[in-house]
Amino acid sequence: MGAEIKVIVFKLGHEEYGIEVDKVQTIERMMPITRVPKTLTFVKGVINLRGVVIPVIDLRGRFGIAEAEHTDQTRIIIVTANEMEVGFIVDSANDVIDLNTDIIDSPPDVVGGIKAKYLHGVARISETRLLVMLNLSEVLNRSEIIQLESLEG
Amino acid sequence: MDMNQYLSMFIDESNDHLQSLNENMLELEQHPDDISIVQVIFRSAHTLKGMAATMGYEDLSSLTHQMENVLDLVRNEKLKMQEVIFDTLFQSLDALQLMVQDITQGGEGKADVSSIVSSLQSIVNGDLAPAAPAVPADSATGSSSFDGNAVQLDEYQHSVLEQSISEGHKVLFIEVAIREDCQLKAARAYLVFDLLERYGEIVKSHPTVQEIEQEKFNRSFSLYYITQKEPSEMKSMILNLSEIDTAEVAALDLETLGQLSFGKKEAAATAVEPSKQANDVVPASKSAVPTDNQSGGRTAGGGASTPSRTIRVDIDRLDVLMNLLSELLIDRSRLEQLADEVRRPDLTETVEHMSRVGSDLQNIVLKLRMVPVDTVFNRFPRMVRDLAKSLDKKIDLIVVGADTELDRTVIDEIGDPLVHLLRNAVDHGVESTSKRIADGKSETGTVHLRAFHSGNHVFIEIEDDGSGIDRNVILAKAIKNGIVTESEGAAMTDEQVYMLLFAPGFSTAEVISDISGRGVGLDVVKTKIMSLSGVVSVTSKLGKGTKFSVQLPLTLSIISAMLIKVGSEKYAIPLSSIVETGLLKRNEIRNVHGYKMIPYRDTHIPLLSLAELFEVKDFDENNEEESEIVVIHKGDRLAALTVEDFIGQSEIVIKNLGKYLPSIQGIAGATILGDGQVALIIDSNAFIK
Repeated sequence: MGAEIKVIVFKLGHEEYGIEVDKVQTIERMMPITRVPKTLTFVKGVINLRGVVIPVIDLRGRFGIAEAEHTDQTRIIIVTANEMEVGFIVDSANDVIDLNTDIIDSPPDVVGGIKAKYLHGVARISETRLLVMLNLSEVLNRSEIIQLESLEG
Repeated sequence: MDMNQYLSMFIDESNDHLQSLNENMLELEQHPDDISIVQVIFRSAHTLKGMAATMGYEDLSSLTHQMENVLDLVRNEKLKMQEVIFDTLFQSLDALQLMVQDITQGGEGKADVSSIVSSLQSIVNGDLAPAAPAVPADSATGSSSFDGNAVQLDEYQHSVLEQSISEGHKVLFIEVAIREDCQLKAARAYLVFDLLERYGEIVKSHPTVQEIEQEKFNRSFSLYYITQKEPSEMKSMILNLSEIDTAEVAALDLETLGQLSFGKKEAAATAVEPSKQANDVVPASKSAVPTDNQSGGRTAGGGASTPSRTIRVDIDRLDVLMNLLSELLIDRSRLEQLADEVRRPDLTETVEHMSRVGSDLQNIVLKLRMVPVDTVFNRFPRMVRDLAKSLDKKIDLIVVGADTELDRTVIDEIGDPLVHLLRNAVDHGVESTSKRIADGKSETGTVHLRAFHSGNHVFIEIEDDGSGIDRNVILAKAIKNGIVTESEGAAMTDEQVYMLLFAPGFSTAEVISDISGRGVGLDVVKTKIMSLSGVVSVTSKLGKGTKFSVQLPLTLSIISAMLIKVGSEKYAIPLSSIVETGLLKRNEIRNVHGYKMIPYRDTHIPLLSLAELFEVKDFDENNEEESEIVVIHKGDRLAALTVEDFIGQSEIVIKNLGKYLPSIQGIAGATILGDGQVALIIDSNAFIK
């Protein structure tokens, strides 16, 4: 038997994603974002989270999915990984589930639009429900971003 | 027992003791005959040894033990301090420092100190000290008269106790028994000794301290103790320590003391008078603790320092406090706005009161982050001593204003630049002894290190009475290195010429010496100071000396800034980089080589558009007749920045953008405005090439 982990579930489009709960600091409603010039387009800017300035990323943009208008459901998930604090803009986030690590399979070779290396694995919760587990350290990988920046610059 | 929880305390205290050892050794070097300083040094070394032994750092404790042996001979006037001894002791201190550093970094504190130990031993054996009567090493601990049953005092100790009683101090005989089930008897005993040493002086213990440290005692020990405290008070303090079974404390008077001892009075003549010592200690410790209470609170033999009324706080916690506070301040300004709209007198009153409390709180938190520059300065006397010695110069370092306070973040950064400037003063500033004599100057050069407050700044000055800077030498070199042309040089003021010293790749030393020729120039110093928003300047008189003056902001976390607006976005520009603000008519803009330039005073400066630089979408100044401009500077170079509107001047708290966005060109950080919005702080240096 694998270990039980708690996972925060959020949505981008129709797909459901999961982040381990201990990586998540808080989930916030949409708030004013200050644009930071000369960064990649998916870096939306910085927010004031109770006195701490935190950069915010549009996770759709990060994964190369078309960005969407923000709604009432839009949330900013504040995560901590590699000593970085970053906010993810997601379409919605309203579920916490317990997951046995046994049911997490390694990512399939082709996953709709998202590079497999951002994924930690795919959890099959039921016949109809798949949960894509994020690999946070890859999503926040700076060296890849620096490459992107130099391409754009 | 898990020692880890004591480790940070051990490291902190060891560093304190090492610092005090260094300071007092330097002091002793000035006054080699002052036994009271030796007492203080001995005490520090002794405590260090005890701590190291308790923590199980054997190399550390055995080296301090050897130092103690030497110091013991000195304080009992069986050995005179001399240069060899000073050098060896300083070497020992360096070795101790390395060991403690190693422990700090998670090491075992092990080091090969056999050569130092053997030279210390030969000092004790009298090999290096022909002037002093040779004393066998085993008597060094002063325990040779001990017969193993009762606590017997030798003549010296007896007379000290006698003196203390007649001086009005209390002499106590203390017997302490540790609980039988105690796991670490030595550690407990150490705690008792540590406690006692805080309030007075232990004259003699049975078994000896060494034996107790090696756990060579049953479960009780007894000692003679001089203090100001009441016996009952001492008793309850000892009993308060855990795992202590009993503590018997008896006050002795001259009569009971006489019965206890076989002592003769002659020794009193050679014994150091306690009262005289206590008085001596105060002027002897010239370190920057002016508040040190006078001999009143001190006990015989001096040195038992009053427990300090401070606590150590992790700087991160202070940062959290600061963040929470700035949140509170933001809420405050919101409440003020609301109260203004609601217009209810009781609400307005409450909000006003909250505002005042908020301001007081802000002041206190800012003060908490302030640290005396002494924490940086304290290593300099030793450094200058060693430098002067290796250069064969005689130099007095005079430190003034070590209690001046600076923000902790500045303190951490300022050390290296100051080291460099001091090395520079010692190496290049002060002439060789022979040259000083030839010039009719005093043989010993003087370097002043001063710190003082002025307005919102702290000044640190390093002034030497050396040969001064020769304008022509600097200019010749600068022209040779292609830094300036001959005509430019001729037009420069003396101050401008001196500033050439800070140009990259500039070194005035004809011969690159071991001390300052390490490929690091004064340009690094300047860069560092500038990165702290500081300014460095030089004044000099040929033949008289040179003064380097460093001006630093009191704190780095709060600055004055001009808030500006471009479209819907707000930015903050630090006032320190603004020359002035003004209005510009579009038709004044000239195109030079594809760059926009505008007339400014009697020259032209580049014009930059903030909207273009930052790709602001909802503003275009090209539609305007007149533009607001901010003239910014980087050193001497100027540029004008067009903005849409000025919001006003404000004190802002600097925050960084986090690790995910480490460095963005033109952005120095962020701040949170009164309405809770984040505004970016502009780094105008990035715009001027």
